[in-house]
Amino acid sequence: MANIVAIVKMVPDLVEELEINDEGTGLDRDWLRLIINEFDNHAIEQAILLKEREGGEVTVIAPETEGVEDMLFTTAAKGADRMIKLAGDFEEGVNNHALAHAFAETAKNHQPDLILTGVQANDDLDGPVGPLVAEYLGMPYIGYISGVTLEEGRAIVRKEYPGGLIGEMEVTLPAVLGIQAGEEPPRYVAISKVRQMMKTAEIAEAEISELDFSGGISAKRMYLPEAAERAEMIEGDEEEIAAKLISIFKEAGAL
Amino acid sequence: MNEDIYVLIEHLQGEVAEISYIMLAAARDLAQRTSGEVIGVLLGHDAQDLTSTLAADHIIYADHAALAEFTADAYQKTVASLIQENEPSAFLFGNTSIGADVASVLSARLSLPLVSSCVQISNGKLISQICGGKIMAESDLAETTTLVTIIPGGYKAEEGQSEKSPEIKSFNAPALDDLRVTLKKYVEPEAGDVNISKEAILVSIGRGIQTEDNIELAEELAEFLGATVCASRPIVDQGWLPISRMVGKSGQSVKPKLYLALGISGAPEHVEGMAESEMIIAVNMDPNAPIFDIATYGVEFDFFDLIDPLLEQLEEIE
Amino acid sequence: MPERINYWGIPHSWGEPELYVYAIMFLAAAIMLLQFYRQASLWWKVGRPESRWDKLHIRLGRLIQYAIVQTKVLRQRYPGIMHAAIAWSYFVFFLGTALATVHDHFFEFLHGNTLIVYKFTLDLFTIFFLIGAGMAFYRRYAEKPEKLTLDKGFTWTLWMVTIIVLGGLFTESLRLAVERPDWGAWSVAGWLLARLWISTGATETTLTNWHLGVWVFHLLSVALTLVTLPTGTLLHALTGPLNAFFSELDRPMGALAPAAETAEGEPIFASKLSDLTWKQLLDGDACTECGRCQDACPAFNAGTPLSPKQFILSLRDSLHHNGSKPKLAGEAIPEDVLWACTTCGACVYECPVLIEHIDTIVDLRRYLVIEGMVDAELQTALTNLGRYGNSFGKSERMRAKWSKGMEPKVKNANKERVEYLWFVGDYASYSPTLTEITKQTAEVFQQIGLDFGIMYKGENHAGNDVRRVGEEGLFEMLVEKNIKAMSKADYQAIVTTDPHSYNTLKNEYPANGGHPVLHYTELLDQLIASGKLKFSKKLGYKVTYHDPCYLGRYNGIYDAPRRVIEATGCEIVEMPRNKDCALCCGAGGGRIWMEEGEIKERPSESRIREAAALENVTDFIVACPKDVTMYSDAVKTVGAEESVVVKDLIELVYEAL
Repeated sequence: MANIVAIVKMVPDLVEELEINDEGTGLDRDWLRLIINEFDNHAIEQAILLKEREGGEVTVIAPETEGVEDMLFTTAAKGADRMIKLAGDFEEGVNNHALAHAFAETAKNHQPDLILTGVQANDDLDGPVGPLVAEYLGMPYIGYISGVTLEEGRAIVRKEYPGGLIGEMEVTLPAVLGIQAGEEPPRYVAISKVRQMMKTAEIAEAEISELDFSGGISAKRMYLPEAAERAEMIEGDEEEIAAKLISIFKEAGAL
Repeated sequence: MNEDIYVLIEHLQGEVAEISYIMLAAARDLAQRTSGEVIGVLLGHDAQDLTSTLAADHIIYADHAALAEFTADAYQKTVASLIQENEPSAFLFGNTSIGADVASVLSARLSLPLVSSCVQISNGKLISQICGGKIMAESDLAETTTLVTIIPGGYKAEEGQSEKSPEIKSFNAPALDDLRVTLKKYVEPEAGDVNISKEAILVSIGRGIQTEDNIELAEELAEFLGATVCASRPIVDQGWLPISRMVGKSGQSVKPKLYLALGISGAPEHVEGMAESEMIIAVNMDPNAPIFDIATYGVEFDFFDLIDPLLEQLEEIE
Repeated sequence: MPERINYWGIPHSWGEPELYVYAIMFLAAAIMLLQFYRQASLWWKVGRPESRWDKLHIRLGRLIQYAIVQTKVLRQRYPGIMHAAIAWSYFVFFLGTALATVHDHFFEFLHGNTLIVYKFTLDLFTIFFLIGAGMAFYRRYAEKPEKLTLDKGFTWTLWMVTIIVLGGLFTESLRLAVERPDWGAWSVAGWLLARLWISTGATETTLTNWHLGVWVFHLLSVALTLVTLPTGTLLHALTGPLNAFFSELDRPMGALAPAAETAEGEPIFASKLSDLTWKQLLDGDACTECGRCQDACPAFNAGTPLSPKQFILSLRDSLHHNGSKPKLAGEAIPEDVLWACTTCGACVYECPVLIEHIDTIVDLRRYLVIEGMVDAELQTALTNLGRYGNSFGKSERMRAKWSKGMEPKVKNANKERVEYLWFVGDYASYSPTLTEITKQTAEVFQQIGLDFGIMYKGENHAGNDVRRVGEEGLFEMLVEKNIKAMSKADYQAIVTTDPHSYNTLKNEYPANGGHPVLHYTELLDQLIASGKLKFSKKLGYKVTYHDPCYLGRYNGIYDAPRRVIEATGCEIVEMPRNKDCALCCGAGGGRIWMEEGEIKERPSESRIREAAALENVTDFIVACPKDVTMYSDAVKTVGAEESVVVKDLIELVYEAL
């Protein structure tokens, strides 16, 4: 029986074209569509898998941003027991240090045995959130995890290294794990199940003290990658492009 | 605080990781700005030999049995004590399974600012690549020691390599007991049928390939080119190709003569495994895909529409 | 004057023949009914209640059409004639026996010419029966088509029904051989056989004894057949008509029922027999195992694990041998069987007893979806649909990207009033290979001065195949989004590119203020008829036309597209499988989003081979965006690039304008 907390956040959906705000210091949030951080989604899956395997409870905590309720109801439909929305001024974007303080403060109340989160997110600029939370709570942290087994007072985890090497590590609980991939890909939940949750499940709100941005950085300037650095584009219809590619292949000695 | 730029040298199973050289190259850029030295920090046990190729002004070496293999706890403690003692201008870590586990924790522990996913140093400014490579962010070094995690893409490994062995200064690791994390064992990856890091030509497929059946088409193309098929993480996560074929973070780093990227958007996690390919040809429907930023040639096209005429013309040549 | 003699040649020393004949027959009938009740009561004991007792006159009409006239059975010549010969003859024999009973006990009328007509008719049908039975024996013992179930039950039934008729014939002929009435030749079959007996030179006593023996045998074989009917394959003679009688009346073929709900309003996701309705269980018992569904099934012919016949039979087996596999989806019926269905409707269309395969398949898929048992590709598609309203995972802002640069700009129906609201659909909007065709459609509309607009990012996937995948909640969500966007538009009619969108908008969406829904081929047909669309060229191509399932079988639109093609000056050569027999391309029912799995030959490839075999046909015309994709691929894999080119119908129109 483990008390598992998953801390997750919404990040910019890269399906949309991203724009920079007028000040040139951040993303234009008016045009942003947010989506759950895909690594966080794996963390949720891992949490649910552990619960199904070992028993226990899963609490999911996320900062209040656009779309967060739908996301939390979806995790409820997957099997999360408690959903908590951090109430605060997150819409304009906050750095991970501030977010980690808020996560730590709320997660602490649940006396977790294990905190799972995505190993990184596409908008991390001041490091991933997991290790920060771990340090604020005085817990050990291991990232790049793709498998977790719970034992009495400890967890055995699979940590990924470059080249496909896996380090099997032991960590004392409570601990924070940065999930690279769940043991199974995130499951599909039927919309009717999510809608059912919208009627029956409740999302708790956690008030947090003042956001603490210290330690994080804010970018002086943000911009889109310059076109000058880009590849030489091959134009034409498919036949022409194919012909040009073949001559490049020949040049490169591939044919 | 001094002007030096410190680099955490990453090594695994007796080999210096490529990211270490890339960091040394980046550190050199930064050090020129701060007029300081580039100092490699090596933690290990009987590992002095690893320093011979590092392009650093000198090496600080902490030798301790508990540092023989990477564990976050032991590394964090040692690096923390080093930072507190020397207060460098910046400390560079790989944005990797090793560096990222250390940098963030220390940022919180020592209340030091952290800039992650830095790909390039430009005029002393840290340029980070975020949002899957679609956004660049520029930050300055802070007044205190700035922790930086580096991703490949901006520097070549050779720039961080040197013929002459740097001087080694030793550093006494702090007490490393009561460690909460321990390595039990390494699990070697299952030997794949081929070692893609040794192949000269690679046909690499990503999410854009959409269905498993289309792998066949990539294989046909590979056959013409005498190439091997490899992939980005999503394809391997789907179980469509074995992990031995994965390029990028947690997968293989490859440097082929020709890398043909089909339906790969070019997220940093993938790019770091293939950015040093001699020639990259990218085919992607999204004109804004970051893969075009590193490719030699780009084709803004749906892979499916291109593959058939391509295979046909190749057949004619045969 | 010809008179009917009752119980001729039956010695009265045995007692009154009526007594024991009726005793035996009543006993047999009682056993049969009891047995049947035991079988049938499972339908409502296990299955959920569902009212199918309304509109009795229509139901009676269906009973006559499908069970008595047997129009579906007759769709195939050989088995049609074979079965009609056997079944209709039995109807006549049954009627004949009933009339004889009336004559004996209530109202004597079988004499004189009436009797002659009576005898002649019965004998005529005896011959008709023997032809049918002969065909059945040939089919079962010599031809052995794959679709047929070749087991003992059917052999027993065929032998029994034949023995009964032969028994009757022999009885009659032996009587005629002794009696030799001057009108005997009217009993055509009996008389022919009687002459054979006479030619043997047997004495009257011998023949009378033989008659007695055969008569007893005939009586007992009828009783035995009755007793074994409910447990044998003849059961379909009861369940088939019942199934036709209770068949679906309230919705068109193109409208699926929403997931059923419990009394408390909780949705029911069918995982076991008791989640199905009694009618769905009756489907299992009604199956005659004729295999027509399997023959017509694109999934079966492609070599997937699905046979619609086996699917229905596993429902039956689960019901009657319950206990071992109480769970359906994933146990009694493997998942891949359920996912293989393209929902093309051919099985439902072909079934002689109106079994509703697809409704049950979708019910079981709904369970798989709610349990998250979907393959990775389908999961991606569904997630994209939920998030972006399209299966491509592209931003909704890109939906009308194809129209970029068009002059004049395509109107936004959410902003200005239009006559036609064009529902473009996912494939036509997002698939890069279809951009050109979608543009041509818009250009055709513009050139003929049609007042039309699209909903740009307001349009979502219409949901037809989402629903058929079994993701009912997502379907509802998509409907809500589309209805919301459509309610903001001011239009007279909806026109769709995709037959799948067409089907669901027309049959499953809540009524949108009575605005008609048209497929673009229907619209063009109307415009040609009214003289608004005139062509300047006669193309003169020889083409073939592929009926999309959701336009043809589901909505009966066969002629409009053909008229449009002919108006462009093309000659249509039909493929052997055309109109309601058209073969599915394999993409429907969400198959286009799923992993393909092991297959022998893709339906689309089989279809292209069919078209390529037509002489001098140069173009394969389709009227569905998914068809363009599916068949263009198939032409390449089959290597038929030299013989046929896949074209959307709109390309012909564009060229002939």
